[in-house]
Amino acid sequence: MSEQLLNIEHLSVSFKTYAGTMHAVRDVSFTLDEGETLAIVGESGCGKTVTSKSIMGLLPKQNSIISPESKITFMGRQMIGLSEKEMAEVRGRDISMIFQDPMTSLNPTMKVGEQIAESILIHHKVSKDEAMKKALEMLELVRIPNAKQRMKQYPFEFSGGMRQRAMIAVALVCKPKILIADEPTTALDVTIQAQIMELIGELKKELNMGVILVTHDLGVVASVADSIQVMYAGKVVEYGKSREVFYSPKHPYTLALLKSVPRLSTENKDVLYSLKGTPPDLIVPPDGCPFAARCEYGMNLCRRVNPQYTVFSETQKASCWLHDERADRSGLPESMFGGNI
Amino acid sequence: MAENKEKQVLIEVKNLKKYFKVGKNKTLKAVDDVSFKIYKGETLGIVGESGCGKTTCGKTVMGLYPATSGQVLFNGVDIHSLSKSEKKDFTKKAQIIFQDPYSSLNPRMTVGDIIGEGIDIHHICKGEEREKRIFELLQIVGLNKEHASRFPHEFSGGQRQRIGIARALAIEPEFIVCDEPISALDVSIQAQVVNLLIELQKKKGLTYMFIAHDLSMVKHISDRVSVMYLGSMVEYTTSNELYKEPLHPYTKALMSSIPIPDPDEEAEKKRIPIEGEIPSPINPKPGCKFASRCKYATDRCRSEQPQLLEVIPDHYVACHKIASEYNL
Repeated sequence: MSEQLLNIEHLSVSFKTYAGTMHAVRDVSFTLDEGETLAIVGESGCGKTVTSKSIMGLLPKQNSIISPESKITFMGRQMIGLSEKEMAEVRGRDISMIFQDPMTSLNPTMKVGEQIAESILIHHKVSKDEAMKKALEMLELVRIPNAKQRMKQYPFEFSGGMRQRAMIAVALVCKPKILIADEPTTALDVTIQAQIMELIGELKKELNMGVILVTHDLGVVASVADSIQVMYAGKVVEYGKSREVFYSPKHPYTLALLKSVPRLSTENKDVLYSLKGTPPDLIVPPDGCPFAARCEYGMNLCRRVNPQYTVFSETQKASCWLHDERADRSGLPESMFGGNI
Repeated sequence: MAENKEKQVLIEVKNLKKYFKVGKNKTLKAVDDVSFKIYKGETLGIVGESGCGKTTCGKTVMGLYPATSGQVLFNGVDIHSLSKSEKKDFTKKAQIIFQDPYSSLNPRMTVGDIIGEGIDIHHICKGEEREKRIFELLQIVGLNKEHASRFPHEFSGGQRQRIGIARALAIEPEFIVCDEPISALDVSIQAQVVNLLIELQKKKGLTYMFIAHDLSMVKHISDRVSVMYLGSMVEYTTSNELYKEPLHPYTKALMSSIPIPDPDEEAEKKRIPIEGEIPSPINPKPGCKFASRCKYATDRCRSEQPQLLEVIPDHYVACHKIASEYNL
């Protein structure tokens, strides 16, 4: 049995804005095991980045509110409420994060080798020489050619793919238990994307990390994820093993996401399936299911009451009234209830 | 090629080159000797990694950049040799949609004025008629007339891209360059915009040059696809043929890196690894541009640049290895 690393229960995060309080993440619970890759999928503004930033304790202090019933437990330790100093010890050593844009997340005025070594020097009592030696090993591990010379260069001398590799080196040099990758390949070309995803997969195995992959690209997810969590308007609408979510999606939103990507096998210029409308305003979140307004199976009930999770297997659950016996589902094909939609 | 003869060529690009001077004795060859044709009512997709020259190619075809050499024939007339007033006439027939819907709309103009600007410049209509036309355009792209008095910041990314499309359509162009129109949008919104583009093409007989790096979307929308690498065209054929049977080693590697949203297919798929990254286009080495990353590269590849040859009917490839396989 692999050990459970992270347990998130009832996480709710809201932000104070001039227009009112925005409920970005609403009652999200999930777990992450050692060696597991969990993909969090959803459109922009669905709360996937806020979820990952709250794990890292990176939410802005002034205007963010984590609700009191939220719990983030990392290897038995409650993370919410840790002091900044305690959190700084965790960051980089136990949990690391890589971001979408490697140019803005590396320090432009520091040599790459020093940035990698910095992370070791902060967390371990070693000499600078030793840290630099480790940094070099790490740079070689992420397969940067001429690592020795590259150590002495600045980020602007690196290409996009190389910078992302350097970011990964910074994140993994202290061998963390969890890597959070927030859209790590969105800014990169497909060929480089494939290289980076392969690298993350190999390093995951080598270090036996848990990986949280935040992305909107279902293609990237298919090749690497063990479990998938689909988020919409701050809520988890579906959770399951990768194959369950891809081959028997239970939530209409998951299905819509899967259908709106063109396959290479489909005919030219067919009308692509597209979702009408846009996600709801999270300053006044709807009472019912947040997806109801865009859902083609939407019932009256959906607009009024938010559905509970229906459990389909040990691992798969979805929150949708279609699968709930209590809902008045007249007029909808029976084959959908409790089964695939 | 028989069926192509019946089709009318709208745009013919002949040996187009666009170089930029980037310092003493340094030339950035963004587009290096590219030739292709776009037929009326069709979509030509241009794919390649960032820095391969696809956007520069689109902008040069539009006349937004002067060409270093070569010709862009629009209905048989070279657009780079036009006088100022002739050029204005050309811009009435050709329009461009940009990648970033946030920076391509003037934040100080109302949506109505953004769409109406082209109408004013070309004196298409005035007053009430102009207003009616703007409302009509907003409806075509799926917005409503109340939106005309609002400003761009009040819209989401997908809606802004629709405004960009409405602006391009305002003067009834024949040809639209779509420069990565969907890259900045969410998956579900991408499908909306692509559907709109296809629908407009069917209704109005528009011709598109669709530049993108999302290979599956390009296949979906294009009739023909051209693959660019470091300023040169390496393969050019119909989109079905290209995705069924890519020939150039670069195209093969590119195709195999497309992530497929299906775990089983993804597990079975063999990715052809491609080492390293795209080299600098400043003072490129002689020979085939892909040689430094190609596993089949020979001495000939490193010294002599391969020509774009028609290896099978309607399928052009620039590669010494493929050419010799087909005895050319």
